Amino acid sequence: MPLSTLAIVLFALTVFGFLFGQRRAVAFRAESRARNGPPLHSQPGYHGWFVVIWCGLPALVLLLVWVALEGTIIRSLVIDSLPPEVKSRDESEIQLIMAQLGNVAYGVVTLAQVPETIRDAVASGVGLYNSLRATANAAIWVLALSLCIAGLLYARRRLSPHLRARHTVERVANVILFLCSLIAILTTVGIVLSLVFEATRFFARVPVTEFLFGTVWSPQTAIRADQVGSSGAFGAVPLFAGTLLIATIAMIVALPIGLMSAIYLSEYAPPRVRIVVKPALEILAGIPTVVYGFFAALTVAPAVRALGEAIGLQVAAQSALAAGLVMGIMIVPFVSSLSDDVINAVPQSLRDGSYGLGATRSETVKLVVLPAAIPGIAASFILALSRALGETMIVVMAAGLAANISANPLAAVSTVTVHIAALLVGDQEFDSPKTLSAFALGLVLFVVTLALNLIALRVVQAYREKYD
Amino acid sequence: MTELAAAAPAGAEGASLRPSTRDLSPHMSDAARARLKTRYRAEQRFRAYGIAAISFAMLSLVILLWTILSNGTTAFFQTHIRLDVPVGADRLGLQGSGPWTPTELRLASWDRTINLAMQERFPAVTSRADRNLLSRMVSPGAGEDLRNMVIADPALIGRTVQVWALAASDIDMFWKGHIRRDVPEAERRVNDRTVGWIDDLTARDEIRSQFNTRFFTSASSVRPELVGVAGSVVGTLMTLLVCMALAVPVGVLAAIYLEEYAPKNRITDIIEVNINNLAAVPSIVFGLLGLAVFLNFFGMPRSAPLVGGIVIALMSLPTVIIATRAALRAVPPSIREAALGVGASKMQVILHHVLPLAMPGIMTGTIITLAQALGETAPLLMIGMVAFVTDIPNSVTASATVLPVQIYMWAGSPERGFVEKTSAGIMVLLVLLLAMNAVAIYLRKKFERRW
Repeated sequence: MPLSTLAIVLFALTVFGFLFGQRRAVAFRAESRARNGPPLHSQPGYHGWFVVIWCGLPALVLLLVWVALEGTIIRSLVIDSLPPEVKSRDESEIQLIMAQLGNVAYGVVTLAQVPETIRDAVASGVGLYNSLRATANAAIWVLALSLCIAGLLYARRRLSPHLRARHTVERVANVILFLCSLIAILTTVGIVLSLVFEATRFFARVPVTEFLFGTVWSPQTAIRADQVGSSGAFGAVPLFAGTLLIATIAMIVALPIGLMSAIYLSEYAPPRVRIVVKPALEILAGIPTVVYGFFAALTVAPAVRALGEAIGLQVAAQSALAAGLVMGIMIVPFVSSLSDDVINAVPQSLRDGSYGLGATRSETVKLVVLPAAIPGIAASFILALSRALGETMIVVMAAGLAANISANPLAAVSTVTVHIAALLVGDQEFDSPKTLSAFALGLVLFVVTLALNLIALRVVQAYREKYD
Repeated sequence: MTELAAAAPAGAEGASLRPSTRDLSPHMSDAARARLKTRYRAEQRFRAYGIAAISFAMLSLVILLWTILSNGTTAFFQTHIRLDVPVGADRLGLQGSGPWTPTELRLASWDRTINLAMQERFPAVTSRADRNLLSRMVSPGAGEDLRNMVIADPALIGRTVQVWALAASDIDMFWKGHIRRDVPEAERRVNDRTVGWIDDLTARDEIRSQFNTRFFTSASSVRPELVGVAGSVVGTLMTLLVCMALAVPVGVLAAIYLEEYAPKNRITDIIEVNINNLAAVPSIVFGLLGLAVFLNFFGMPRSAPLVGGIVIALMSLPTVIIATRAALRAVPPSIREAALGVGASKMQVILHHVLPLAMPGIMTGTIITLAQALGETAPLLMIGMVAFVTDIPNSVTASATVLPVQIYMWAGSPERGFVEKTSAGIMVLLVLLLAMNAVAIYLRKKFERRW
């Protein structure tokens, strides 16, 4: 029977357990009142939750762990049982066999539809696969139900007028809260582990030095051994250079405009203007990046090209300038809202002092407010840069795949994120250097943005302490 | 002060008689005046830079929205051609004399029926090449429409039915003016003969624009005139639902822990720094995480809203936590102290008092976070949500795509007809985003409380 049914049964049992515990406590209370005895330690609801903790929680945890691991374990058991000559084939073929095996077992395809080369292997495994699945299904039903009922019985024995149910419940709740906050750490660990693991597999085939310092990027590897000229080159320098070029253009657009907008909004703008401009900037910030990408490819790139050709310049159809320009527009609200916060945090007394000495507004801004706010503004610039480096959709749609080393903003360049996306989109075998290289690129991206974020956080913290 | 006030008018009237205080002041020398002038000019310039910056940002927004609107609005209307279609059993290739089963009807030659009707409408067209051209004027969607009409009412067989047949994308583009008549024939996707036929149809009022209901009821297709957003909108909603079911409870509980319980120690510090960092990790890295962990390690299905939802949930978790913490912090300590004072336990203080009071703030922050997640594209590309899906997904483990990814795929299609469909898809996406933000603003306005 499907696991969803099991989940519903367990849920029903847990609800029953809650009501049971609550009723018992109400009965205890009535009894105690009749004898003029002491009041209950905990409210009846806590007795209910106490039962839930014993009967629902362990079964739920078991079920989740089971669902997470069942597939992997059954898979490895089936692979172990395959005949030795099948096991000795290479990894991608075993993956294919397992995929087909799953399809046959779930009735998506019949055995006759499986390609002939692997039909025998699939046929040999499918019986074991099905029987293991059936056993696993029966086992989880028995285990989860017995765990649930055992918990119910145990909790029933523990229920008494003296039970300090609230203490138990609150302690458990506390642990659950802590575990929830750990999920953020787990995510980071997961990111680091998956990137490092796959990147190590990549670096086992391509040396780190070639990846970091090589100047040719063409990840096409030969499909057949005798194929000519496609051994694959994994020098990522062109991608790093392209990323830097586009991010630099974006920052050249975003920094002055973002900062000046923030200054104007916080120091000059009359309330009427603020009321219109602030939400408009928020809209600009809320527009999904895929929309910016479409805008870049449809409007900005042709416009840049037409403009360039009008003054006699050679402009690539997917120029770095167009992508950088649009990315800059995307980052403007980000810079401006961060800088706005920082500028507003500068105490008014500093401004008043400056005005008192006869300084104009712009002098106050340039000589008093900005120097006081500089750490925060620097942090916002760093965060903006980290965002520009990690931005994907705009460059995927407007920058293209040409991995050139060029400092010319009118040439076509490509970025790290574009190639991560290009290498992994679509069905690909998973253990070729080609796909693994995407994880190495991801690792570089992650490390760089992480470093930038840490620096920015440090700067902001130092700044905060100064004025709090 | 009084002295100055008295001196000023005197100086103004009789400057020639005696030196006024203005002239005596070292701030009023010619050099100082010149300095002041430059300073004021600098002030004006600085202000102008600010205005220019704001104007640039606003102008970009306007151009962007204008691009989308001007390209996209026409997609909500589709060109149709009026045809008198004789629905004969012989033309449909139906055997016997009926009644036919729905399966037989479904498999009948609907396209051929439409094509024959097209040829009868233009009897002068006889050559094979021209007839081919003629049949390419109508979309296969016209056959589908006719089929659905007849399956709903089989009595139509044997009669001549007047239908508004869906025109092919090129005809649609021409009719809407996106393919221009004055372009030389060799560079035009619609050749002169076809233009002649369209003129003939126009003259007799047999071609017109109709509201494009298909755009809201169908999924994607390779033909621009047949595409719709329903499939990707359903996929988006499923993904968002999974994301919400995971990110909101976990995020709120984590925020409660960090704000109310966490002791000041190393572990707490690490968690806090971690959350702040995670909020700034590029979204594509989350896609790599999803690919490596959920697809390859746990063997979850590709392209499924379930996996998409989990990845997006991990991504929006830090933002939910940060927003919730801000909302919890906004509840004044007096509330907590009062509750503690009447004997509530810490858990009771939080569950009975703090959390309900912080709820509007939490909901607002969460909805805005979800709105951001709604527009996320890159991580979903990584986990295979670029699948070409022509059906509306029916479960969280089925192959699906989401609206932003659909927009990305349409944007990459070369046909001219996809430009307006992409823009229209973006309009739908922006409307969804606006709606979510409007709900958030409404909640904030309605429940906002100043302590």
